[in-house]
Formats: sequence, structure tokens, C-alpha cells
Amino acid sequence: MSVNTIERARPARGPTAPNKQGNPLSRGVAVGYLSLIVLIPLAAVVWRSTEGGAEGFLQAISNPQALASLRLTLLASLFVVAINVVTGTLIAWVLVRDSFRGKSLVNAIIDLPFALPTIVAGLTLLALYGPESPFGLNIAYTRISVGMALLFVTLPFVVRAIQPVLLELDRDMEEASVSLGASELQTFLRVILPNLLPAILSGAALGFARSVGEFGSVVLITGNIPFETQVASVYIFGQVEGDNATGAAAVSVLLLAISLLVLFGMSLLNRWGTRHDR
Amino acid sequence: MIAKLTLRTLALGYLALLLAFPVGMVFVRTFEEGLGTVLEAVSRPAALHALWLTLLVAVIAVVANTVFGIICAIVLVRHNFRGKALLNTLLDLPLAVSPVVVGLALLLVYGRTSLAGGWLAELGIRVIFSTPGIVLATIFVSLPFVVREVVPVLREIGTEQEQAASTLGASPLQTFRLVTLPAIRAGVAYGVVLTTARAIGEFGAVSIISGKLAGRTETLTVYVEDRFQSFDLVGCYAASVVLALIAIVTLLLTNLSKPREDY
Repeated sequence: MSVNTIERARPARGPTAPNKQGNPLSRGVAVGYLSLIVLIPLAAVVWRSTEGGAEGFLQAISNPQALASLRLTLLASLFVVAINVVTGTLIAWVLVRDSFRGKSLVNAIIDLPFALPTIVAGLTLLALYGPESPFGLNIAYTRISVGMALLFVTLPFVVRAIQPVLLELDRDMEEASVSLGASELQTFLRVILPNLLPAILSGAALGFARSVGEFGSVVLITGNIPFETQVASVYIFGQVEGDNATGAAAVSVLLLAISLLVLFGMSLLNRWGTRHDR
Repeated sequence: MIAKLTLRTLALGYLALLLAFPVGMVFVRTFEEGLGTVLEAVSRPAALHALWLTLLVAVIAVVANTVFGIICAIVLVRHNFRGKALLNTLLDLPLAVSPVVVGLALLLVYGRTSLAGGWLAELGIRVIFSTPGIVLATIFVSLPFVVREVVPVLREIGTEQEQAASTLGASPLQTFRLVTLPAIRAGVAYGVVLTTARAIGEFGAVSIISGKLAGRTETLTVYVEDRFQSFDLVGCYAASVVLALIAIVTLLLTNLSKPREDY
């Protein structure tokens, strides 16, 4: 058994592949570049947020308008993630298990929200669901428009996370379940869904992080009305334009904390999801 | 069968209402004014300058992130060191951070009152409200794509061929150029396409750092917003259609250059 395992192990993952220590220069380049471009600027935001001490920080984030925008952002993102879990699973299912004409085209346009600039995404929604909507369906400047813009830009996350897992899933399990008398729904809920769960969670987490920080797609369609439709990123933008960098930095630190939580949560989830491979 | 049809209708209906119809509507709105008006709108000096600046910034960001991406992927796959898991997690930060926070971060580091900003100003280099700032913002937001596409490919190809090459006397550089690079080409190409799309589409970070100076620091996405706020819907839709067409071409290229055939 152990001999077999060693023989089947791929050289790249083998424990004694050479060059494992690697060239310290390239490691320095990788870490240095990431620090210079990403980490130092983000650290400057954290630094700036503490300029007025703990009191100043608390004051900046407990500004009623800031609180309202944070609340809307979190609630809208949770709502959007919940919808994405359902529709994303549905779309992935249809793309993998169903077959119809034009399926590859549908599969290709799933990525459109990633490729389309966010400002254009907002404009497209405004063209169809704005004041000049051909259906007479005007949701612009309402809270519905916040949800819609976020749904548009986060559409691919859950779909693209589930699709490869569903494709690889062993059909024998499902056949066994059905032949033992389970209904299709039971089979889905008790056999398929547990297998998809890590993928669904990781897609949902990425979608959540994206929603919380989203800016471009919401600026045109939501009208950015304080206490109504203003999300956190738009609030930060307003503070920057109004020369209140410290206030902007304080709210930014909260958003950064959410991003980091999601990323570290995902990396834990990843370890958990691949625990049987190790 | 009925269940299958219901699911298919629901999925396609959702995609149509959220994605296909709105995007289609922008094209309808744009071209109902006639092709001549659209061409006139996109060939205005401010629009052409915005397009040129967008492409210039995208090229710089793609080159920088491709070189870094390949080096970083090799470090992540082939090296072993403390803090590797942390590096791997932090690499995804640009995907999770709000573009507005990116803009603010660069403003704080390179602004006139900051240490780095003052020092660069003495050298005569202006970062904020000018092209270097836009470039930095764009590099930030599009940083992870090449790394993320090259890592799995590099892991897949293993080290056997590289070892053979160096046993036969190839220098590390020769091994990289003649063995590794050709093997990861597809992953690099896919990463480049994704980086380009993200670079061209960036809006939030650029609108903070660029100062939105019309005809000078406006990229195409900022130009779209500027035209919208000025009630120039013809110019706004025309520029949007240019961006949408770039996105669609990107999608086609993505499907062609995708290294894995999993869907």
C-alpha cells in the first residue's frame, strides 16, 4: 500500500524535489512587489485611521451616515449572497446536467460581469430598469437597485465555483441513492448538495467580499442618497472628495477587516475541503 | 422531463433579465441614434484621449503583472519557506478590497502631504492626478490574475523536464526560457486576458487617484461617468459600447485561451 502510494505520487508534490529552497532573489521580488503595490498602501490606510486616536476612530465610524451606509452594505451583501447561492446552484446545474442548443453561448456569457467594466454594468441596468425603461419598470434610486447591481456583478462567483465540482461528481452515488428508493429531491439534498457545499461556500464568500466593496456598478443606478441607497464605498468616496481622509480611512479599515476575514476564512475552508487529499 | 424544463426556464430567464436584456438594451439605445452619431461621439478628442490612456495604462499593468505573476507563481509552487501560506492568502487581497479603498490608499501614500509624495515631487514626479497614479491603481487591482492562472499549470507539469534540462547542462535561465515558459504558455495567456479585462474596466480606484481631469487623466470608464453626469447620453452610451465590445472580445479570447477544458 505505502509502496504504491509513493510510486503514484507525482514528482512535483514529492517531498524531495530539488530547488525546494529556491532562489532567495525571486522570493524577494515576489514579496517586495506585493508589499510595494498592495501591502504598504493598505497599511497607510490603517495608519491614517488611527490619526485621531481610538476616540477619533470610533467617532468617525459612528457617524450616523457612515453607520447607515455600512448597515445597508452588509444587509444588501447578505441578501445578494443568499440569492446567488440558489440561482448560482441552479445555473450551474442546468449548464452541467442539461443539454440544449446554445448552451455553450450561455456558458460563455456567465463571465460577462467579470469582463464588463462596472460602470458599464450600472449603465446597462439603468438602460433597462431606469427612468426610460421600455417596460415602464423604474427601480433607479431605490434599494432594489442596490441589490440588482450587486447581483449583476457577483453572478459568476457561485456558478463558476460549483461547475467544476458538479462535473467531476461521481454519478454512481446518485444512482445508488435513487435505486435505494430516494426521490430526486432527496438525492439532491442528501447526496449532491453535501458534496457541493465547500464550493458553494467559497463562491458565496468571494461574492460577499465583492459586494461589500462594490462601487462602479452602484454609483449611477442607486443615486447615492444618504440613509437610503448610499453604500459604504460611495460614502468613503464622498469623504475623500470632501477632504476628510481620516473619516474615509476609518470606514475603509472596517471594509478591509471584512475582506481579510473572508480571505482567511476561505483559506481555512480550502484546507478543510482538501483534508482528504493530504 | 417537466422538472428539467422548469429548471432550464428558470435559469435562462434569470440570466436574460439580469444580464442579456440589459446589455442588449445599451446597444439598442446607442445605435437608435444612428451609426454616424455614434462614430462622431467616439472620435471626439476627449473620447479618443481617454481610449488611448486606457490602453496605455492597461499595457503597462499587464507587462508588470505578467513578469511578477510568473516569478511569484514559481516561488509559490517550487519554493518552500516560512510564511508561504500567508503570501498565498494576501495575494488575493486585490480581489477582495474595495476599489475606493485602493484609491484612498494610494492617495495617502503618494499625496502631496505624504512622505513618499513629497520626496517624488522633489524629483519632479507627480503620482496623483496623473498617469503614474492611474498605472499604480490599475496594477493593484489586476495583480493576482496571472499568478492564479499559472500556479495550477506549474504544479501540473512537475519538475522532471526542468531537472532533465539542468542535468544536461542548461543554465537556470535557459531551463526557464526553453522548458518552463513554453509549458506554462497557455496559463500565462489566459492570465493576460483576465488582467487586460480588469485593467481596462477599472473605475473606482482610478476615479479617486486621477482627479478626473477631462482630456488629461480621464480613462474610458471615467469618461463614461463624466458624460453621464453631463447629460450627454449619446457620448456616454457610445463610450460604453466601446468598452462592452472590448469585454465581449475578451470573453471570446478567454474561451479560446482557456487552458482547461472543464466545461
